[in-house]
Amino acid sequence: MKRLYKIFQTLLSTYYAYMLEYRAELLLWALSGCLPIILMGVWTQAAQGGAFALTSAQFARYFLAIFLCRQLTVVWVIWEFEREIVEGKLAFRLLQPLDPVWHHVWSHIGERFARLPFIAVIIGLFILLYPSAFWIPDAGTLALFILVSICAFALQFLIQYTFAMFAFWTEKASAIQELWFLFHLFLSGSIAPLEVFPPGVRQVVEFLPFPYILHFPASILTGLPVDYLRSFLIMGSWAGIFYAINRYLWRKGLKQFSGMGA
Amino acid sequence: MKLASNPFSKYFQLIRLFWSTAISAELEYRMNFIFSALTSLGGLAGSLFGLFLFYGQGYHFQGWSWEEALIVVGIFTFLKGFSTAFLAANLNRIVKHVERGTLDFVLLKPISSQFWLSFHSMSLWGLPDILFGLFIVLYAGIKLKLSWTSYLSGLIPILFGATILYSLWFILGATSVWFTRIYNITEVLKGLMDAGRFPMVAYPVSYQVFFTFIVPVAFLTTVPAEALLGRANPSWIIGSGCLAIALLWFSNQFWRFALRFYTSASS
Repeated sequence: MKRLYKIFQTLLSTYYAYMLEYRAELLLWALSGCLPIILMGVWTQAAQGGAFALTSAQFARYFLAIFLCRQLTVVWVIWEFEREIVEGKLAFRLLQPLDPVWHHVWSHIGERFARLPFIAVIIGLFILLYPSAFWIPDAGTLALFILVSICAFALQFLIQYTFAMFAFWTEKASAIQELWFLFHLFLSGSIAPLEVFPPGVRQVVEFLPFPYILHFPASILTGLPVDYLRSFLIMGSWAGIFYAINRYLWRKGLKQFSGMGA
Repeated sequence: MKLASNPFSKYFQLIRLFWSTAISAELEYRMNFIFSALTSLGGLAGSLFGLFLFYGQGYHFQGWSWEEALIVVGIFTFLKGFSTAFLAANLNRIVKHVERGTLDFVLLKPISSQFWLSFHSMSLWGLPDILFGLFIVLYAGIKLKLSWTSYLSGLIPILFGATILYSLWFILGATSVWFTRIYNITEVLKGLMDAGRFPMVAYPVSYQVFFTFIVPVAFLTTVPAEALLGRANPSWIIGSGCLAIALLWFSNQFWRFALRFYTSASS
Protein backbone atom coordinates (compact mmCIF):
# COMPACT_ATOMS: atom_id res chain seq x y z
CA MET A 1 0.00 0.00 0.00
CA LYS A 2 2.77 2.35 1.00
CA ARG A 3 4.66 1.42 -2.12
CA LEU A 4 1.65 2.18 -4.30
CA TYR A 5 1.18 5.52 -2.59
CA LYS A 6 4.75 6.43 -3.33
CA ILE A 7 4.45 5.40 -6.95
CA PHE A 8 1.30 7.44 -7.41
CA GLN A 9 2.85 10.48 -5.83
CA THR A 10 5.83 10.26 -8.15
CA LEU A 11 3.67 9.72 -11.22
CA LEU A 12 1.46 12.67 -10.36
CA SER A 13 4.33 15.11 -9.84
CA THR A 14 6.08 13.88 -12.99
CA TYR A 15 3.04 14.19 -15.18
CA TYR A 16 2.10 17.52 -13.66
CA ALA A 17 5.54 18.91 -14.51
CA TYR A 18 5.29 17.41 -17.99
CA MET A 19 1.91 18.98 -18.64
CA LEU A 20 3.09 22.37 -17.44
CA GLU A 21 5.40 22.42 -20.43
CA TYR A 22 2.42 22.55 -22.74
CA ARG A 23 0.68 25.50 -21.17
CA ALA A 24 -0.11 27.19 -24.49
CA GLU A 25 -1.66 24.02 -25.81
CA LEU A 26 -3.68 23.56 -22.65
CA LEU A 27 -5.09 27.04 -22.99
CA LEU A 28 -6.14 26.30 -26.56
CA TRP A 29 -7.74 23.02 -25.52
CA ALA A 30 -9.63 24.82 -22.80
CA LEU A 31 -10.82 27.43 -25.31
CA SER A 32 -11.86 24.82 -27.85
CA GLY A 33 -14.44 23.55 -25.37
CA CYS A 34 -16.46 26.73 -25.83
CA LEU A 35 -19.55 25.05 -27.26
CA PRO A 36 -21.53 25.35 -23.98
CA ILE A 37 -20.84 29.08 -23.96
CA ILE A 38 -22.19 29.41 -27.51
CA LEU A 39 -25.28 27.40 -26.65
CA MET A 40 -25.74 29.47 -23.54
CA GLY A 41 -26.29 32.44 -25.83
CA VAL A 42 -28.99 30.69 -27.85
CA TRP A 43 -30.82 29.27 -24.83
CA THR A 44 -30.79 32.40 -22.69
CA GLN A 45 -32.15 34.28 -25.70
CA ALA A 46 -34.77 31.59 -26.31
CA ALA A 47 -35.86 31.55 -22.67
CA GLN A 48 -36.78 35.20 -22.95
CA GLY A 49 -39.15 34.54 -25.84
CA GLY A 50 -40.57 31.06 -25.28
CA ALA A 51 -41.93 28.87 -22.52
CA PHE A 52 -39.12 26.56 -21.45
CA ALA A 53 -38.57 24.57 -18.28
CA LEU A 54 -35.73 26.83 -17.18
CA THR A 55 -35.45 30.59 -16.87
CA SER A 56 -32.88 32.65 -18.70
CA ALA A 57 -30.61 32.93 -15.66
CA GLN A 58 -30.91 29.21 -14.96
CA PHE A 59 -29.83 28.44 -18.51
CA ALA A 60 -26.81 30.71 -18.12
CA ARG A 61 -25.76 28.96 -14.92
CA TYR A 62 -26.45 25.54 -16.30
CA PHE A 63 -24.22 26.07 -19.32
CA LEU A 64 -21.49 27.62 -17.25
CA ALA A 65 -21.60 24.49 -15.06
CA ILE A 66 -21.55 22.32 -18.18
CA PHE A 67 -18.51 24.19 -19.42
CA LEU A 68 -16.77 23.44 -16.13
CA CYS A 69 -17.83 19.79 -16.12
CA ARG A 70 -16.62 19.29 -19.68
CA GLN A 71 -13.23 20.67 -18.73
CA LEU A 72 -13.06 18.41 -15.70
CA THR A 73 -14.02 15.23 -17.52
CA VAL A 74 -11.95 15.49 -20.72
CA VAL A 75 -10.35 12.13 -21.50
CA TRP A 76 -8.04 11.22 -24.37
CA VAL A 77 -6.63 7.87 -23.22
CA ILE A 78 -7.74 6.02 -26.36
CA TRP A 79 -5.44 7.99 -28.65
CA GLU A 80 -2.47 7.44 -26.37
CA PHE A 81 -3.22 3.77 -25.90
CA GLU A 82 -3.72 3.27 -29.62
CA ARG A 83 -0.32 4.80 -30.30
CA GLU A 84 1.34 2.65 -27.67
CA ILE A 85 -0.06 -0.46 -29.31
CA VAL A 86 0.68 0.53 -32.90
CA GLU A 87 4.23 1.56 -32.06
CA GLY A 88 4.73 -1.39 -29.72
CA LYS A 89 5.57 0.84 -26.78
CA LEU A 90 3.19 -1.02 -24.53
CA ALA A 91 5.83 -3.75 -24.32
CA PHE A 92 8.06 -1.55 -22.17
CA ARG A 93 5.22 -0.56 -19.91
CA LEU A 94 4.36 -4.20 -19.38
CA LEU A 95 7.83 -4.84 -18.01
CA GLN A 96 7.17 -2.50 -15.11
CA PRO A 97 5.62 -4.04 -11.98
CA LEU A 98 2.60 -1.75 -12.33
CA ASP A 99 -0.58 -1.93 -14.37
CA PRO A 100 0.05 0.42 -17.36
CA VAL A 101 -3.32 2.07 -16.84
CA TRP A 102 -1.92 4.07 -13.93
CA HIS A 103 0.36 6.01 -16.22
CA HIS A 104 -2.69 7.18 -18.12
CA VAL A 105 -4.75 7.87 -15.03
CA TRP A 106 -2.09 10.04 -13.47
CA SER A 107 -1.23 11.87 -16.66
CA HIS A 108 -4.92 12.83 -16.91
CA ILE A 109 -5.04 13.96 -13.31
CA GLY A 110 -1.79 15.88 -13.67
CA GLU A 111 -3.15 17.61 -16.74
CA ARG A 112 -6.30 18.50 -14.87
CA PHE A 113 -4.30 20.34 -12.23
CA ALA A 114 -2.29 22.14 -14.90
CA ARG A 115 -5.53 23.14 -16.62
CA LEU A 116 -7.28 24.47 -13.52
CA PRO A 117 -5.84 28.00 -13.62
CA PHE A 118 -7.00 28.43 -17.22
CA ILE A 119 -10.50 27.24 -16.36
CA ALA A 120 -10.61 29.65 -13.46
CA VAL A 121 -9.53 32.55 -15.68
CA ILE A 122 -12.08 31.75 -18.39
CA ILE A 123 -14.89 31.43 -15.86
CA GLY A 124 -13.81 34.61 -14.10
CA LEU A 125 -13.75 36.48 -17.39
CA PHE A 126 -17.14 35.16 -18.22
CA ILE A 127 -18.67 36.26 -14.94
CA LEU A 128 -17.27 39.74 -15.52
CA LEU A 129 -19.08 39.85 -18.85
CA TYR A 130 -22.25 38.22 -17.57
CA PRO A 131 -22.70 39.15 -13.93
CA SER A 132 -26.24 37.75 -13.83
CA ALA A 133 -24.85 34.23 -14.27
CA PHE A 134 -22.91 34.51 -11.04
CA TRP A 135 -23.96 32.57 -8.00
CA ILE A 136 -22.24 31.01 -5.00
CA PRO A 137 -23.24 27.45 -4.23
CA ASP A 138 -23.07 26.50 -0.54
CA ALA A 139 -20.26 24.34 0.81
CA GLY A 140 -22.30 21.14 0.91
CA THR A 141 -23.33 21.48 -2.73
CA LEU A 142 -19.78 22.22 -3.69
CA ALA A 143 -18.44 19.16 -1.88
CA LEU A 144 -21.08 16.96 -3.49
CA PHE A 145 -20.30 18.48 -6.90
CA ILE A 146 -16.61 17.70 -6.52
CA LEU A 147 -17.37 14.14 -5.48
CA VAL A 148 -19.75 13.58 -8.40
CA SER A 149 -17.31 15.20 -10.84
CA ILE A 150 -14.63 12.75 -9.77
CA CYS A 151 -17.05 9.87 -10.29
CA ALA A 152 -18.03 11.31 -13.68
CA PHE A 153 -14.40 11.55 -14.72
CA ALA A 154 -13.80 7.98 -13.55
CA LEU A 155 -16.79 6.71 -15.54
CA GLN A 156 -15.75 8.63 -18.64
CA PHE A 157 -12.21 7.30 -18.33
CA LEU A 158 -13.40 3.74 -17.81
CA ILE A 159 -15.64 3.86 -20.87
CA GLN A 160 -12.94 5.24 -23.12
CA TYR A 161 -10.30 2.89 -21.77
CA THR A 162 -12.63 0.00 -22.55
CA PHE A 163 -12.93 1.15 -26.15
CA ALA A 164 -9.16 1.54 -26.18
CA MET A 165 -8.86 -2.21 -25.60
CA PHE A 166 -10.11 -2.75 -29.14
CA ALA A 167 -6.78 -1.35 -30.29
CA PHE A 168 -5.42 -4.86 -29.68
CA TRP A 169 -7.46 -6.06 -32.64
CA THR A 170 -7.95 -3.05 -34.90
CA GLU A 171 -5.72 -0.15 -35.83
CA LYS A 172 -8.44 2.45 -35.57
CA ALA A 173 -10.08 1.96 -32.21
CA SER A 174 -10.50 5.71 -31.95
CA ALA A 175 -13.17 5.52 -34.67
CA ILE A 176 -15.41 3.76 -32.10
CA GLN A 177 -14.74 6.57 -29.69
CA GLU A 178 -15.65 9.18 -32.29
CA LEU A 179 -19.00 7.54 -32.89
CA TRP A 180 -19.59 7.26 -29.13
CA PHE A 181 -18.65 10.89 -28.68
CA LEU A 182 -21.53 11.96 -30.91
CA PHE A 183 -24.03 10.30 -28.60
CA HIS A 184 -22.17 11.80 -25.70
CA LEU A 185 -22.38 15.25 -27.26
CA PHE A 186 -26.10 15.18 -27.88
CA LEU A 187 -27.37 13.07 -24.99
CA SER A 188 -25.15 14.12 -22.10
CA GLY A 189 -26.91 17.42 -21.68
CA SER A 190 -24.17 19.51 -23.24
CA ILE A 191 -26.35 20.87 -26.05
CA ALA A 192 -29.37 21.38 -23.82
CA PRO A 193 -30.42 20.43 -20.30
CA LEU A 194 -32.40 17.20 -20.13
CA GLU A 195 -35.26 19.25 -18.70
CA VAL A 196 -36.10 20.56 -22.17
CA PHE A 197 -35.91 17.14 -23.89
CA PRO A 198 -39.23 15.58 -24.88
CA PRO A 199 -40.31 13.49 -21.84
CA GLY A 200 -40.15 10.17 -23.68
CA VAL A 201 -36.59 10.79 -24.90
CA ARG A 202 -35.55 11.93 -21.46
CA GLN A 203 -36.77 8.74 -19.81
CA VAL A 204 -34.72 6.59 -22.18
CA VAL A 205 -31.64 8.77 -21.96
CA GLU A 206 -31.66 8.63 -18.17
CA PHE A 207 -30.90 4.93 -18.29
CA LEU A 208 -27.83 5.49 -20.48
CA PRO A 209 -24.44 6.50 -19.08
CA PHE A 210 -24.28 9.82 -20.93
CA PRO A 211 -26.18 12.24 -18.68
CA TYR A 212 -24.25 11.18 -15.58
CA ILE A 213 -21.02 12.55 -16.99
CA LEU A 214 -22.20 16.13 -17.51
CA HIS A 215 -25.84 16.69 -16.72
CA PHE A 216 -25.77 15.10 -13.26
CA PRO A 217 -22.86 17.13 -11.80
CA ALA A 218 -24.01 20.29 -13.58
CA SER A 219 -27.51 19.92 -12.16
CA ILE A 220 -26.11 19.57 -8.65
CA LEU A 221 -24.05 22.71 -9.04
CA THR A 222 -26.90 24.77 -10.47
CA GLY A 223 -29.43 23.46 -7.97
CA LEU A 224 -31.77 21.70 -10.40
CA PRO A 225 -33.79 18.84 -8.87
CA VAL A 226 -31.84 15.57 -8.87
CA ASP A 227 -32.76 12.02 -7.85
CA TYR A 228 -29.52 11.17 -6.08
CA LEU A 229 -30.13 7.53 -5.24
CA ARG A 230 -31.24 6.57 -8.73
CA SER A 231 -28.47 8.57 -10.38
CA PHE A 232 -25.75 6.99 -8.27
CA LEU A 233 -27.20 3.53 -8.83
CA ILE A 234 -27.29 3.91 -12.62
CA MET A 235 -23.86 5.51 -12.68
CA GLY A 236 -22.43 2.72 -10.53
CA SER A 237 -24.00 -0.01 -12.64
CA TRP A 238 -22.54 1.38 -15.84
CA ALA A 239 -19.14 1.68 -14.20
CA GLY A 240 -19.41 -1.96 -13.08
CA ILE A 241 -20.40 -3.14 -16.55
CA PHE A 242 -17.58 -1.29 -18.27
CA TYR A 243 -15.06 -2.41 -15.66
CA ALA A 244 -15.95 -6.06 -16.22
CA ILE A 245 -15.74 -5.74 -20.01
CA ASN A 246 -12.52 -3.79 -19.70
CA ARG A 247 -10.73 -6.42 -17.60
CA TYR A 248 -11.99 -9.22 -19.82
CA LEU A 249 -10.75 -7.50 -23.00
CA TRP A 250 -7.47 -6.58 -21.34
CA ARG A 251 -6.69 -10.22 -20.54
CA LYS A 252 -7.77 -11.39 -24.00
CA GLY A 253 -5.87 -8.58 -25.68
CA LEU A 254 -2.62 -9.17 -23.87
CA LYS A 255 -2.52 -12.72 -25.21
CA GLN A 256 -2.97 -11.25 -28.66
CA PHE A 257 -0.37 -8.49 -28.25
CA SER A 258 2.86 -9.12 -30.11
CA GLY A 259 4.75 -5.91 -29.39
CA MET A 260 5.07 -5.18 -33.08
CA GLY A 261 7.48 -2.38 -33.95
CA ALA A 262 9.14 -2.22 -30.54
CA MET B 1 4.59 13.80 -67.01
CA LYS B 2 4.87 17.05 -68.85
CA LEU B 3 3.13 20.02 -67.29
CA ALA B 4 1.28 22.59 -69.35
CA SER B 5 3.01 25.93 -69.79
CA ASN B 6 -0.12 27.99 -69.11
CA PRO B 7 0.01 28.60 -65.33
CA PHE B 8 -3.72 27.99 -64.85
CA SER B 9 -3.80 24.64 -66.57
CA LYS B 10 -0.54 23.76 -64.84
CA TYR B 11 -2.06 24.31 -61.43
CA PHE B 12 -5.18 22.51 -62.49
CA GLN B 13 -3.16 19.53 -63.65
CA LEU B 14 -1.28 19.51 -60.38
CA ILE B 15 -4.47 19.51 -58.33
CA ARG B 16 -5.68 16.51 -60.28
CA LEU B 17 -2.44 14.70 -59.63
CA PHE B 18 -2.41 15.57 -55.92
CA TRP B 19 -5.96 14.50 -55.34
CA SER B 20 -5.87 11.27 -57.29
CA THR B 21 -2.89 10.22 -55.16
CA ALA B 22 -4.62 11.27 -51.96
CA ILE B 23 -7.80 9.42 -52.88
CA SER B 24 -6.03 6.21 -53.78
CA ALA B 25 -4.18 6.37 -50.47
CA GLU B 26 -7.44 6.75 -48.58
CA LEU B 27 -9.16 3.94 -50.44
CA GLU B 28 -6.88 1.60 -48.54
CA TYR B 29 -8.97 2.26 -45.46
CA ARG B 30 -12.43 1.54 -46.77
CA MET B 31 -13.81 0.51 -43.40
CA ASN B 32 -12.93 3.92 -42.06
CA PHE B 33 -15.00 5.51 -44.75
CA ILE B 34 -18.08 3.58 -43.65
CA PHE B 35 -17.38 4.65 -40.09
CA SER B 36 -17.05 8.27 -41.09
CA ALA B 37 -20.32 8.08 -43.02
CA LEU B 38 -22.01 6.69 -39.91
CA THR B 39 -20.44 9.42 -37.81
CA SER B 40 -21.69 12.09 -40.20
CA LEU B 41 -25.17 10.64 -40.14
CA GLY B 42 -25.13 10.64 -36.34
CA GLY B 43 -23.85 14.21 -36.29
CA LEU B 44 -26.62 15.31 -38.60
CA ALA B 45 -29.28 13.56 -36.51
CA GLY B 46 -27.85 15.33 -33.47
CA SER B 47 -27.92 18.74 -35.19
CA LEU B 48 -31.54 18.22 -36.16
CA PHE B 49 -32.38 17.09 -32.64
CA GLY B 50 -30.70 20.19 -31.25
CA LEU B 51 -32.80 22.39 -33.50
CA PHE B 52 -35.95 20.42 -32.74
CA LEU B 53 -35.55 21.15 -29.02
CA PHE B 54 -36.32 24.77 -29.83
CA TYR B 55 -39.02 24.31 -32.44
CA GLY B 56 -40.69 21.36 -30.73
CA GLN B 57 -41.89 23.59 -27.92
CA GLY B 58 -43.49 26.18 -30.15
CA TYR B 59 -40.56 28.57 -29.98
CA HIS B 60 -38.93 29.78 -33.17
CA PHE B 61 -35.98 31.99 -33.97
CA GLN B 62 -37.31 35.37 -34.94
CA GLY B 63 -38.19 35.31 -38.62
CA TRP B 64 -37.04 31.74 -39.25
CA SER B 65 -39.52 28.93 -39.79
CA TRP B 66 -38.43 25.32 -39.18
CA GLU B 67 -37.60 24.74 -42.86
CA GLU B 68 -35.69 28.00 -43.08
CA ALA B 69 -33.65 27.10 -40.03
CA LEU B 70 -33.01 23.71 -41.64
CA ILE B 71 -31.25 25.48 -44.51
CA VAL B 72 -28.81 26.96 -42.01
CA VAL B 73 -28.14 23.48 -40.62
CA GLY B 74 -27.67 22.18 -44.17
CA ILE B 75 -25.13 24.86 -45.05
CA PHE B 76 -23.37 24.30 -41.74
CA THR B 77 -23.08 20.57 -42.43
CA PHE B 78 -21.88 21.26 -45.96
CA LEU B 79 -19.14 23.60 -44.76
CA LYS B 80 -18.12 21.12 -42.09
CA GLY B 81 -17.68 18.52 -44.81
CA PHE B 82 -15.80 21.02 -46.94
CA SER B 83 -13.34 21.75 -44.16
CA THR B 84 -12.80 18.04 -43.43
CA ALA B 85 -12.27 17.30 -47.10
CA PHE B 86 -10.07 20.19 -48.12
CA LEU B 87 -8.82 22.15 -45.14
CA ALA B 88 -8.11 19.85 -42.20
CA ALA B 89 -5.96 17.39 -44.14
CA ASN B 90 -3.75 20.12 -45.62
CA LEU B 91 -3.48 22.83 -43.08
CA ASN B 92 -2.85 20.64 -40.06
CA ARG B 93 0.13 19.42 -42.01
CA ILE B 94 1.73 22.86 -42.05
CA VAL B 95 2.39 22.38 -38.35
CA LYS B 96 4.11 19.07 -39.02
CA HIS B 97 6.24 20.57 -41.79
CA VAL B 98 7.39 23.39 -39.56
CA GLU B 99 8.07 21.13 -36.61
CA ARG B 100 10.19 18.67 -38.60
CA GLY B 101 11.82 21.22 -40.87
CA THR B 102 10.43 19.52 -43.98
CA LEU B 103 8.91 22.81 -45.08
CA ASP B 104 12.25 23.35 -46.83
CA PHE B 105 11.33 20.80 -49.49
CA VAL B 106 8.04 22.54 -50.14
CA LEU B 107 9.70 25.93 -50.44
CA LEU B 108 12.18 24.57 -52.97
CA LYS B 109 9.47 23.48 -55.39
CA PRO B 110 8.91 25.77 -58.39
CA ILE B 111 5.29 26.53 -57.47
CA SER B 112 3.61 28.78 -54.94
CA SER B 113 4.16 27.28 -51.51
CA GLN B 114 0.74 28.44 -50.36
CA PHE B 115 -0.81 26.58 -53.27
CA TRP B 116 1.16 23.43 -52.53
CA LEU B 117 0.29 23.47 -48.84
CA SER B 118 -3.39 24.23 -49.44
CA PHE B 119 -4.15 21.74 -52.17
CA HIS B 120 -1.75 18.90 -51.64
CA SER B 121 -4.20 16.57 -50.04
CA MET B 122 -7.92 15.94 -49.90
CA SER B 123 -9.89 13.59 -47.75
CA LEU B 124 -12.89 11.58 -48.82
CA TRP B 125 -14.07 11.56 -45.23
CA GLY B 126 -15.64 14.94 -45.72
CA LEU B 127 -17.82 13.65 -48.55
CA PRO B 128 -20.70 12.29 -46.42
CA ASP B 129 -21.11 15.63 -44.67
CA ILE B 130 -21.06 17.50 -47.99
CA LEU B 131 -23.75 15.20 -49.41
CA PHE B 132 -25.94 15.25 -46.29
CA GLY B 133 -25.65 19.03 -46.16
CA LEU B 134 -26.77 19.38 -49.78
CA PHE B 135 -29.56 16.91 -49.15
CA ILE B 136 -30.91 18.92 -46.22
CA VAL B 137 -30.75 22.17 -48.19
CA LEU B 138 -32.55 20.52 -51.08
CA TYR B 139 -35.19 18.97 -48.81
CA ALA B 140 -35.93 22.28 -47.11
CA GLY B 141 -35.80 24.07 -50.47
CA ILE B 142 -38.44 21.77 -51.97
CA LYS B 143 -40.64 22.23 -48.90
CA LEU B 144 -40.31 25.99 -49.29
CA LYS B 145 -40.83 25.74 -53.06
CA LEU B 146 -37.65 27.58 -53.92
CA SER B 147 -36.90 28.09 -57.61
CA TRP B 148 -33.58 27.11 -59.17
CA THR B 149 -32.51 30.75 -59.31
CA SER B 150 -32.62 30.91 -55.50
CA TYR B 151 -30.12 28.05 -55.30
CA LEU B 152 -27.91 29.93 -57.73
CA SER B 153 -28.08 33.12 -55.69
CA GLY B 154 -27.19 31.10 -52.58
CA LEU B 155 -24.17 29.64 -54.33
CA ILE B 156 -22.19 32.88 -54.50
CA PRO B 157 -22.21 33.69 -50.76
CA ILE B 158 -21.42 30.06 -49.99
CA LEU B 159 -18.31 30.37 -52.15
CA PHE B 160 -17.43 33.53 -50.25
CA GLY B 161 -18.04 31.69 -46.98
CA ALA B 162 -15.76 28.83 -48.02
CA THR B 163 -13.06 31.34 -49.01
CA ILE B 164 -13.34 33.11 -45.64
CA LEU B 165 -13.09 29.80 -43.83
CA TYR B 166 -10.06 28.73 -45.84
CA SER B 167 -8.29 32.07 -45.30
CA LEU B 168 -8.85 32.03 -41.55
CA TRP B 169 -7.63 28.48 -41.33
CA PHE B 170 -4.55 29.20 -43.40
CA ILE B 171 -3.68 32.29 -41.35
CA LEU B 172 -3.93 30.25 -38.16
CA GLY B 173 -1.83 27.52 -39.75
CA ALA B 174 0.80 30.06 -40.73
CA THR B 175 1.24 31.16 -37.12
CA SER B 176 2.85 27.78 -36.47
CA VAL B 177 6.05 29.28 -37.89
CA TRP B 178 6.34 31.11 -34.56
CA PHE B 179 4.55 28.82 -32.15
CA THR B 180 5.32 25.44 -33.75
CA ARG B 181 3.07 23.08 -31.83
CA ILE B 182 -0.39 24.47 -32.32
CA TYR B 183 -2.29 21.45 -33.60
CA ASN B 184 -5.24 22.53 -31.56
CA ILE B 185 -5.52 26.13 -32.66
CA THR B 186 -7.73 24.82 -35.44
CA GLU B 187 -9.79 23.10 -32.75
CA VAL B 188 -10.56 26.51 -31.30
CA LEU B 189 -11.65 27.69 -34.74
CA LYS B 190 -13.80 24.57 -35.15
CA GLY B 191 -15.32 25.16 -31.74
CA LEU B 192 -16.27 28.72 -32.62
CA MET B 193 -17.59 27.56 -35.99
CA ASP B 194 -20.25 25.57 -34.14
CA ALA B 195 -22.04 28.86 -33.64
CA GLY B 196 -22.99 28.56 -37.32
CA ARG B 197 -25.56 25.87 -36.53
CA PHE B 198 -28.15 28.53 -35.78
CA PRO B 199 -29.14 31.72 -37.61
CA MET B 200 -27.59 34.80 -36.05
CA VAL B 201 -30.88 36.21 -34.70
CA ALA B 202 -30.94 33.28 -32.27
CA TYR B 203 -28.10 34.89 -30.31
CA PRO B 204 -28.06 37.86 -27.95
CA VAL B 205 -26.73 41.07 -29.46
CA SER B 206 -23.28 40.79 -27.90
CA TYR B 207 -22.83 37.35 -29.45
CA GLN B 208 -24.02 38.68 -32.81
CA VAL B 209 -21.41 41.41 -32.76
CA PHE B 210 -18.71 38.91 -31.85
CA PHE B 211 -19.70 36.43 -34.56
CA THR B 212 -19.97 39.11 -37.22
CA PHE B 213 -16.97 41.32 -36.66
CA ILE B 214 -14.46 39.28 -34.66
CA VAL B 215 -14.99 35.71 -35.84
CA PRO B 216 -17.10 36.10 -38.98
CA VAL B 217 -19.30 33.04 -38.52
CA ALA B 218 -22.35 35.02 -39.67
CA PHE B 219 -20.92 35.12 -43.20
CA LEU B 220 -20.46 31.37 -43.30
CA THR B 221 -24.00 30.15 -42.78
CA THR B 222 -26.55 32.88 -42.03
CA VAL B 223 -25.76 35.17 -44.97
CA PRO B 224 -25.76 32.34 -47.56
CA ALA B 225 -29.00 30.97 -46.11
CA GLU B 226 -30.66 34.36 -46.35
CA ALA B 227 -29.43 34.79 -49.91
CA LEU B 228 -30.85 31.38 -50.75
CA LEU B 229 -34.18 32.40 -49.27
CA GLY B 230 -34.05 35.53 -51.40
CA ARG B 231 -34.21 38.01 -48.54
CA ALA B 232 -30.57 38.94 -47.99
CA ASN B 233 -29.72 42.59 -47.99
CA PRO B 234 -27.36 43.07 -50.98
CA SER B 235 -24.97 45.00 -48.76
CA TRP B 236 -24.39 41.85 -46.68
CA ILE B 237 -23.47 39.86 -49.77
CA ILE B 238 -21.16 42.60 -51.00
CA GLY B 239 -19.66 42.78 -47.52
CA SER B 240 -19.17 39.03 -47.55
CA GLY B 241 -17.41 39.25 -50.93
CA CYS B 242 -15.15 42.07 -49.78
CA LEU B 243 -14.27 40.19 -46.61
CA ALA B 244 -13.50 37.03 -48.58
CA ILE B 245 -11.18 38.84 -50.98
CA ALA B 246 -9.51 40.83 -48.23
CA LEU B 247 -8.88 37.77 -46.08
CA LEU B 248 -7.57 35.78 -49.03
CA TRP B 249 -5.17 38.58 -49.88
CA PHE B 250 -4.17 38.92 -46.25
CA SER B 251 -3.56 35.18 -45.87
CA ASN B 252 -1.10 35.37 -48.76
CA GLN B 253 0.69 38.45 -47.41
CA PHE B 254 0.76 36.96 -43.93
CA TRP B 255 2.27 33.74 -45.23
CA ARG B 256 5.06 35.64 -46.99
CA PHE B 257 5.66 37.61 -43.83
CA ALA B 258 5.71 34.45 -41.70
CA LEU B 259 8.19 32.76 -44.01
CA ARG B 260 10.74 35.45 -43.25
CA PHE B 261 10.86 34.07 -39.72
CA TYR B 262 11.10 30.44 -40.74
CA THR B 263 14.46 29.11 -39.60
CA SER B 264 14.23 25.56 -40.90
CA ALA B 265 14.76 23.85 -37.56
CA SER B 266 16.21 20.36 -37.34
CA SER B 267 16.80 19.73 -41.04
